[in-house]
Amino acid sequence: MRVIHHPILGDDTRVCNATITVDGRQIPAVEGEPIAAALLAAGIKKFRETPKHHKPRGIFCAIGRCTDCIMTVDGIPNVRTCITPVRDGMVIKTQKGLGEWSEAK
Amino acid sequence: MTQKIGIIYQGFPSEQELAKAPGVPSDERIKRGPVAFIECVQEIPCNPCEEACPYGVITVGKPITNLPKLDEEKCVGCGTCIAACPGLAIFMLNGSKQKAEISFPYEYYPLPEKGDVVDCVDREGKTVTEGKVLRVVKSPKYDATAVVTVEVPMEYIKIVRSIKRLRRS
Amino acid sequence: MKTTEIAVIGAGPAGLSCAVEAARAGAKVTVLDENLKPGGQLFKQIHKFFGSREHKAGTRGFRIGEQLLSETEKLGVEVLLSSTVYGLYEDRLIAYIKDGKDNTLRAEKIVIATGASENALAFPGCTLPGVMGAGAAQTMINVNRVLPGKKVIMVGSGNVGLIVSYQLMQAGADVVALIEAAPKIGGYGVHAAKIRRAGVPIFVSTTIKEVLGEEMVEGVVTVELNEKWQPIEGTEREFEADTVCLAVGLSPLTELAWMAGCEFTFIPALGGHVPIHDKNMETTLPGIYVAGDITGVEEASSAMEEGRLAGVAAAESLGYIDAQKAEELKQQIWARLDALRTGPFGEGRFSAKLKQLNSRRLLA
Ligand SMILES: Cc1cc2nc3c(=O)[nH]c(=O)nc-3n(C[C@H](O)[C@H](O)[C@H](O)COP(=O)(O)OP(=O)(O)OC[C@H]3O[C@@H](n4cnc5c(N)ncnc54)[C@H](O)[C@@H]3O)c2cc1C
Ligand code: SF4
Ligand code: SF4
Ligand code: FES
Repeated sequence: MRVIHHPILGDDTRVCNATITVDGRQIPAVEGEPIAAALLAAGIKKFRETPKHHKPRGIFCAIGRCTDCIMTVDGIPNVRTCITPVRDGMVIKTQKGLGEWSEAK
Repeated sequence: MTQKIGIIYQGFPSEQELAKAPGVPSDERIKRGPVAFIECVQEIPCNPCEEACPYGVITVGKPITNLPKLDEEKCVGCGTCIAACPGLAIFMLNGSKQKAEISFPYEYYPLPEKGDVVDCVDREGKTVTEGKVLRVVKSPKYDATAVVTVEVPMEYIKIVRSIKRLRRS
Repeated sequence: MKTTEIAVIGAGPAGLSCAVEAARAGAKVTVLDENLKPGGQLFKQIHKFFGSREHKAGTRGFRIGEQLLSETEKLGVEVLLSSTVYGLYEDRLIAYIKDGKDNTLRAEKIVIATGASENALAFPGCTLPGVMGAGAAQTMINVNRVLPGKKVIMVGSGNVGLIVSYQLMQAGADVVALIEAAPKIGGYGVHAAKIRRAGVPIFVSTTIKEVLGEEMVEGVVTVELNEKWQPIEGTEREFEADTVCLAVGLSPLTELAWMAGCEFTFIPALGGHVPIHDKNMETTLPGIYVAGDITGVEEASSAMEEGRLAGVAAAESLGYIDAQKAEELKQQIWARLDALRTGPFGEGRFSAKLKQLNSRRLLA
């Protein structure tokens, strides 16, 4: 959920000017915001599954340190979504295990 | 487990801690008209209240960890200090009318509006009575901290410290 | 190869304050930060700061950040963003990656101001999506403006836990409870009082027993602890929640200082192993300075003062400030630092910092 109104920061006047595809689903996003922010705004919390035990993971540090938030972005696995900015048309996949390289769209 | 009393256990000052705080005015002064009520009971490095009071009636001095001391006779109840306190620990009480008037800092969205009837809460956030909003003061000088004044029955003058957060629509 | 006079690693409050001081004296300063934006933790701090006028008390953190940025701009400080420093080598050679490419920078003086990172905590369910650092939640709500969840359990009652709880409610979330393993609240009472009157219960001597949920957090079971920090059976409480925030301390980010070969000392009150430095913030390696949370975790106000000290000292050593003027400036800064390190909350840090300074003297 986005924080549109805020008592200290005022209203968020940005508009969603980009669309990204997450596991086939299209979600609105703001160009330049971290991918992880767009996902949380759309209610998506599970970002990947661990290699061995297939356990779900989501964001933990939000500053690029812990690698819990890695996903496959435009065919490139292990992208830290909390510090990677959104570009219109990005294709994002929940990463299973170590992920696989594939052709960018 | 029995609950231990006091700010370090409960997260708000106890009666005893307030009774000792040099920023808390006497009951007699509260009955005479609006006066600041400073609930700052720990020695933290901080003194914006001292700087903010245009009448110089709050003293912290050196070191800045001293507790703020209020000169209750000289306080005119202007309310300037309320929004200046980063700890949101300053309130204003007026016990001179039939009903009690309580002013407090408020930093949530949405703000209440003048005339609203709202749930008034104590230091633990429990609703204790309904109250009427008399004023909502916003000022660029307050930097987004609003100062809200509610009117409640007199027996709640030492109890009510805020209102229940209003739900976003 | 790119060169500069003073390289500052980290554009948080410490690094930026350092850059401003040194550039004002006339030095050529380059700041590197791995983030997309400068400011470090400052832009997520939307509360009014403590301290006194000289510490910009009463001003909100992000506004202080804006002021610092505009000063660095005016003074012509070079700020390299998305630049991760991964190596510090002999003769003050800095290796960093920018936009996927390797770069080097040689500096006459280096100031390491890399800050601290949040500690984690282990319990059943601690890896479920929805369990995150309190600072991560703070970044999401105040910088990215999205809610990580609607019903939050906060773990830890230091100032970060108390402040982030308050800010989560300002952003529109509910904080279901704050729990603290110690028998008392760790942070400032005034911060605790804000969230108490907003209806947040604080449970001391309480920890997480487990987090419930298969795919993400659905609830939390807490348990009370006895004087020996052992769980007391039968004191479990269950809460419905979709988010668990951990505010269980910070650890200085010291890798670069280790790599450079700075000597360390162990001071738990400051967050663990911290580089030894003198009153100029200079480490045991000449020309390498440290400032801010890397020297021991405190808060933004003290980080800015330490940054200024390092900036003045580095500019002085390059001949931009004469000894007398530098001494004067440094004494003013030390007086402001000491003012922040008094009272029941500051004394511990004051003596810890003294120990850190003394370990320098013992080595010398
Ligand atoms: C998540 C978090 C939340 C906090 N919230 C509060 C709060 O609400 N209130 C409060 O008083 N204190 C808070 N603190 C305490 C905080 O430590 C200080 O307020 C202050 O930000 C410390 O300043 P600093 O400049 O030392 O570090 P920081 O502000 O952390 O800045 C360090 C900078 O260095 C950069 N960096 C690190 N390593 C590298 C590298 N290898 N290469 C390039 N750049 C690098 C980082 O990107 C960062 O921008 C928080 C701390 C954290 C970690
Ligand atoms: S209410 Fe006005 S006069 Fe009284 S202490 Fe506050 S600022 Fe000073
Ligand atoms: S400004 Fe507020 S928190 Fe600071 S000393 Fe004054 S009353 Fe206490
Ligand atoms: S959440 Fe930790 S690296 Fe992205």
